[in-house]
Amino acid sequence: MTRIATTPGLFPLPDDAKEALSDLKGHQKGDLVSGDESADVSAVYDDVREELVALQQDAGLDRVVEGQARWDDMLAHPLTVHDNVSPGGIVRYYDNNNFYRDPVVEGELTFSGDLAGDLETAAGLTDDLQAVVPGPYSLADLATDEHYGDDADFQAAVADFLAGEVEAFPEAVETVFLLEPSLVENAPGDGADERASEAIDTVASAVDADVVAHPYWGALDEKVHAHLLDADVDAVGYDLVADHDDNVYNVAEYGTKDSVALGVVDGQNTLVESPDTIRERVDWFEDQVPNDFEDVYVTANTGLFYLPVNRFEEKLRALGAATGADDSEDHEDEVTA
Amino acid sequence: MTDTREQFRPEDHDNDHFLLTTVVGSYPKPKWLDRAKDLYEDSVATESQRDGGGEAAGAADFGEDEWEEAKDDAARLITNEHERAGLDVVVDGEMRRNEMVEFFAHRIDGYEFNGPVKVWGHNYFDKPSVVDEVSYDESWLVDEYEFTASVADRPVKVPITGPYTLANWSFNEAYDDEESLAYDLADLVNEEIEKLVEAGARYIQIDEPALATTPDDHAIVGECLERIAAGIPEDVRIGLHVCYGDYSRIYPEILEFPVDEFDLELANGDYEQLDVFEDPAFTKDLALGVVDAHVAEVESVEEIEANIRKGLEVVPPEQLTVSPDCGVKLLPREVAYGKMANLVEAARNVEADLDSGDIDVAAPTPAGD
Repeated sequence: MTRIATTPGLFPLPDDAKEALSDLKGHQKGDLVSGDESADVSAVYDDVREELVALQQDAGLDRVVEGQARWDDMLAHPLTVHDNVSPGGIVRYYDNNNFYRDPVVEGELTFSGDLAGDLETAAGLTDDLQAVVPGPYSLADLATDEHYGDDADFQAAVADFLAGEVEAFPEAVETVFLLEPSLVENAPGDGADERASEAIDTVASAVDADVVAHPYWGALDEKVHAHLLDADVDAVGYDLVADHDDNVYNVAEYGTKDSVALGVVDGQNTLVESPDTIRERVDWFEDQVPNDFEDVYVTANTGLFYLPVNRFEEKLRALGAATGADDSEDHEDEVTA
Repeated sequence: MTDTREQFRPEDHDNDHFLLTTVVGSYPKPKWLDRAKDLYEDSVATESQRDGGGEAAGAADFGEDEWEEAKDDAARLITNEHERAGLDVVVDGEMRRNEMVEFFAHRIDGYEFNGPVKVWGHNYFDKPSVVDEVSYDESWLVDEYEFTASVADRPVKVPITGPYTLANWSFNEAYDDEESLAYDLADLVNEEIEKLVEAGARYIQIDEPALATTPDDHAIVGECLERIAAGIPEDVRIGLHVCYGDYSRIYPEILEFPVDEFDLELANGDYEQLDVFEDPAFTKDLALGVVDAHVAEVESVEEIEANIRKGLEVVPPEQLTVSPDCGVKLLPREVAYGKMANLVEAARNVEADLDSGDIDVAAPTPAGD
């Protein structure tokens, strides 16, 4: 069993970049990232990416994300920058006190390459690259369809689109985190649950890297969970911060994949978990279920843009320390690997 | 129930009917106030660099005294602007407040600030963390109220961010759950209202925008309000403002809350949710949003009159307050003023029509006849 320290990405911008970018781009809806930013803006984002990668390396994380600093619209980003999508009104992001531009899909979701571009740059900075991608169910849920006409067709189109995007990822990508909060927040009903799993399968099958399907903000409905296990992903994520009991129940009752991701650090609270607390939470989960896991991704439950920069950095260091050899010499991780 | 409304009827009110006109609270800040704030912040920063932080900020060339004076001037200006628009109850447009949670968190012991977090795009908010049990330190709003009352000829309303929103929009490091934090904060709000009432305030509005996003927590907000209202004299009018959301999820439960008035955002949704409030009967006062706070276009007097008449489908005139949907701080100032002035003119026209019997009130009368 290997414990792998990582995060679901979506990092906060460093404070100086917050200022530099809002000066360069502006505060209005039309000023946000469109996919064809000016050279000045791109240069700031390149610097930010380097800074965020270095931060994760210093913290000792085992997987390193490019940070998604360009994702002004959080998980909706891959659509809001698409040529055939126009950014609509500012809408609420789940029940958070955050907002994003509603991506209104007005034409075919053709190949974009936006995510692959950022990952290509990041591949030059780290050997432990992890991609972060919105899952097809959540991305379709966050968007407005004015082209495909039918919910099932639209979700399938989003899945095909994402499959094309991940297929173009550089080989350096070791792991792909598919973030699926909508599977919890807006759970699919009968029939839709199976389609959601197929859509995730479509995306996961398009890439050689290990794929983690990571729902958060609670536990999946039993049926949704059962269907998700049919998808060809390498690991499923469990948000133990939001709901440890129901997540343990799902795994104990219905099993899971050979590997899991455990959300044990709260991405939405400034209280910093100590490395000991993080390890205890992982130990607790392993004690509750009969499984013998290959890999356990030890992660924050959500993206980290909710946090002020100082606490975000402390949480990265705590995660790195929780799986680091220095702090867990008597632990079985990486010893048997 | 004590009538808390009549005390706000102006002595020179022309019509027999009285539709209380007011605002939710925030108003666009004059551009010069933002400039003054920049000057003040630069000046303080320069001064502390020069003197290694040893010298008082007031020694800078736009220091503490000048900044206080600028805020006083802005508060006086906007209070008078509300009076010029003809509103029956005014506020200072929240000229002294930067943001609705930050402002209070800076004044409550137990909070700390760690830096800005994203709201959307490049808009950030200094979301505070509760790191210790919250407690009452300095007064939050008594100075603000006393100043506004001293420059106003009309009664002054005091908007206060509600404890549920103060809890929900903060990081919670210290309490077992958000609910217990909200209750402790509610006790502090109660303490502040007691001080405001002592200073003469008779109209308090609790703002709970967070309830719109988590309507299932209405019972927590109800318990908070019980704590807030405890021991407050009956003639003090307490309102609750809840921003746009799915009101069917909080109605009719909110009728049990110990408040006199609900201030609701309905113009924004074109009154599609109005029927939510028709059954069961709306037993509290309704502060109806009759102009949209998110559309930078002034509604005509006729349009606003039609909106006010929609309110009369839910409550009789004795229970109707006329107000904008929400705080108007994001509008251009002249648009905000135009909306206020038209809102007042429309209310007076509807009152005259009610006096002359030209309007049939669909809502049941308060006697339940």
